[in-house]
Amino acid sequence: MSELGSTWDADDQGWFGDFGGRFMPEALVAALDELTVAWQEAMADPVFVAEFDTILREYAGVPSLLYDATRLTEHVGGARILLKREDLNHTGAHKIRNVLGQALLTKRMGKTRVIAETGAGQHGVASATAAAYFGLDCTVYMGSVDTKRQALNVARMELLGAKVVPVDSGSATLKDAINEALRDWVASVGHTAYLFGTAAGPHPFPSMVRDFTRGIGDEARAQCLELTGRLPDAIAACVGGGSNAIGLFTAFLDDADVRILGYEAGGDGVETGRHAATIAGGDSGVLHGARTFVLQDEDGQTIESHSISAGLDYPGVGPQHAHLAKSGRAEYLPITDRRAMDALALLARTEGIICAVESAHALAGAVDVARDLGPSGLVLVNLSGRGDKDMETAIDWFGLGGGR
Amino acid sequence: MSGTAMAFEKARADGRAALVGYLPAGFPDVDGGIDALKVLVDSGCDVIEVGLPYSDPVMDGPTIQAAAQRALEGGVRIRDVFRTVEAVAATGTPTVVMTYWNPVERYGVTRFATDLASAGGAGLITPDITPDSRTEWPVVADQLDLDKVFLVAPSSTDARIAMTTAACRGFVYATAVMGVTGTRATTSELAAPLVERTKATTDLPVAVGLGVSTGDQAAEVASYADGVIVGSAFVRTLLDAPGDLHALAALTADLADGVRRGR
Repeated sequence: MSELGSTWDADDQGWFGDFGGRFMPEALVAALDELTVAWQEAMADPVFVAEFDTILREYAGVPSLLYDATRLTEHVGGARILLKREDLNHTGAHKIRNVLGQALLTKRMGKTRVIAETGAGQHGVASATAAAYFGLDCTVYMGSVDTKRQALNVARMELLGAKVVPVDSGSATLKDAINEALRDWVASVGHTAYLFGTAAGPHPFPSMVRDFTRGIGDEARAQCLELTGRLPDAIAACVGGGSNAIGLFTAFLDDADVRILGYEAGGDGVETGRHAATIAGGDSGVLHGARTFVLQDEDGQTIESHSISAGLDYPGVGPQHAHLAKSGRAEYLPITDRRAMDALALLARTEGIICAVESAHALAGAVDVARDLGPSGLVLVNLSGRGDKDMETAIDWFGLGGGR
Repeated sequence: MSGTAMAFEKARADGRAALVGYLPAGFPDVDGGIDALKVLVDSGCDVIEVGLPYSDPVMDGPTIQAAAQRALEGGVRIRDVFRTVEAVAATGTPTVVMTYWNPVERYGVTRFATDLASAGGAGLITPDITPDSRTEWPVVADQLDLDKVFLVAPSSTDARIAMTTAACRGFVYATAVMGVTGTRATTSELAAPLVERTKATTDLPVAVGLGVSTGDQAAEVASYADGVIVGSAFVRTLLDAPGDLHALAALTADLADGVRRGR
């Protein structure tokens, strides 16, 4: 649990101001209560915390590097830009932190099976990895639209021993995969843990996932002080559900002089309606167990989101982000597909780093801020994942590989 | 006593359980849905649940999902749900709306409740919130004398069952299997103990939903519960034989016979 206990944290019912809480079927309340107690006891148990740290260090490549991106900085001609290299973690993204934490907790609770939802497949691969590591049975729900466009990740999950179930209902994408995982969980809750993939959903998931990912910011803050002797002027992360962002932001919430910037997927542009910018373009509502910002029509039906980045393509957002946005502590801005892809190419050419399309949204925003701040400024960006999974997207977007 | 509670009381006075029938509004279209619900009324349902189709129905199995999706693709709106309620409630049969929470919150809780009451609706069944979800609904329902039907489950602790039934008005909905909606071949061994634990906390009628699809299953559930809730079996009938309201009437009559055999 957060030792901050600040106004940015949830109350004991999981409410971050007006957001969060628990809007769930009664059938799952006992399991959520059991999970809440287990998580709180685990986080207060030095043995659990030490074991989590050891696994992250020895298996996942954590702490990740904080990299001084001098070539990118020089090219942009503004503030010094630092990159938190979560793309170098095992399985290629920050998500390994969350799944290892939740899977370790699953073992501690004596459950033998895990289920997970996945959009692009990154959380599914991370979950399958953690399940293999801990010897747990693993089922991953994935929209049938996504299993087709992310066949490589389906293969990775299967190689790791997971069962991948395509979901045809609704829009057959991430939100429907979550629905199907919840349907599984309500029938299997006695022996199954739901490894939720982001800092959203009903209490305790937003707080628990934050606790397992907050190492990103804790490490980055210390690394930044060591490298530069000061705190950054601004920090930036992409926001879909928001687990990498809350992982970065948490350590800086009480540093009032640090601007906190979340970049949502602007898709074709918020004005076109084809986007996944939940905070910029959505309204308060209830989705997947929490009150938060939701893309919805006037009858409260969920509207499908659109983004070039499958990992940001979600019509809701974690409730703590909704609270940070409403309170003004953090700012959330949309980045279009085009600007994200431009930033992805820029980083590849200047630094020799191919990042995930998700992370490229944060990078695009950070470049804007770096220019605004000028050479005396300091910007820290979470490079949440690597781009191997996005090569098909890049081939299509840039016309690579001799054209197809 | 609410109209719904009176319908249960009347069944109890007849020495039987009540039959509670569910169909989503707008399936196969709004008028067709109204016709089907009137068949349920005419063929022996004591209480009607009108489902509000929602884009993310996490508690529903494939059958009700398919119907709700078809209704949404047909353009059903909340105002159509109220029109359906109005038509069914006009028969004199207590009519409640079963809805996921976000459409109510988006419409405005007070506005939704007011329009529901104006249509003659008796109240709401809210499967994805609990009384402690911090919504305005319990207060608004009390102001308008609407039924508040919350769910209890086999996994509920005794303390949570007591908290839930204390917040209910009209009846209590016991989800007697751990799982989503859908017909099941066998009745659950979890149901009777759940009803017993629930009845220990309240005088309200306790209705059971667990995938009943035949008169024999209804009779078994009616032996220990005040009401038998049937949804997926009705939807299945309409999916299998679109427009064949005779099949729907025959199934309803079989179930109505079942709740009379249970005691």
